[in-house]
Amino acid sequence: MILARVVGTVVSTIKHPAYQGLKLYAVRRLDAAGEAVGESFLAVDTVQSGVGDTVLVLREGTGLRQIFRKEVLPIRSAVVGVVDNVDWARFRACQE
Amino acid sequence: MILGTVIGRVVATTKAVGLEGRKFLLVQPQDEHGHSNGHPVVAVDTVMAGLGDPVYMVLSREAAQALDPWFVPVDHAIVGIVDQITVEGAAT
Repeated sequence: MILARVVGTVVSTIKHPAYQGLKLYAVRRLDAAGEAVGESFLAVDTVQSGVGDTVLVLREGTGLRQIFRKEVLPIRSAVVGVVDNVDWARFRACQE
Repeated sequence: MILGTVIGRVVATTKAVGLEGRKFLLVQPQDEHGHSNGHPVVAVDTVMAGLGDPVYMVLSREAAQALDPWFVPVDHAIVGIVDQITVEGAAT
C-alpha cells in the first residue's frame, strides 16, 4: 500500500456496473516529507474517507476482489484506510 | 485507474483472438486538472464513450476483467464517462 492524499472527487453517471454505488477519488502519493507528489490517479473508497484525508491506498486487483468478495472485478486501486497519524520523526532523525 | 480524454478511434481488422467485436479508442491520459500525462493509449470501451468524452480507465489485468468473457488480452479499458471532477471545492 502507499500513503496518499485525497485531492478530488470524480462524478460519473455512465459507468461499468462494477463501479455502481462506489465513491471515486483522485488521489496523489505522499513523499517522505508528507507532501503530495507525482501524477494523480483514481481510487474507489471503501472506508468512508473524505477529500483532504491522508489515506492508505491499495493498488492491486486481487486484494480488491477479496474486499468486495468478487471473483472478477475491474477495479485496481482503492482507499483502504484513513490515516490518523504518521510518525515521521524517527525517519527524519535518521535522515539528519 | 486514471483519467483521460478520448482523442480518436482505432480500427484494426487483424487482431488477437478475444478482441473481435471490441471498440478501441485512443485516449490521452490526463490529471485531475485536465493536463496531459504521458503518451496516448489504446483502450477497449465498455461504456459507449465517444470522441472528446472525458473518461476514466482501469489498467493492467483488471482492464480485461471489465469485459465478458474476461480472459482476453487487454490492458486498458474505459469503465466510466466523467460528468464532473471537483478539486478542493472547485470544479475542473
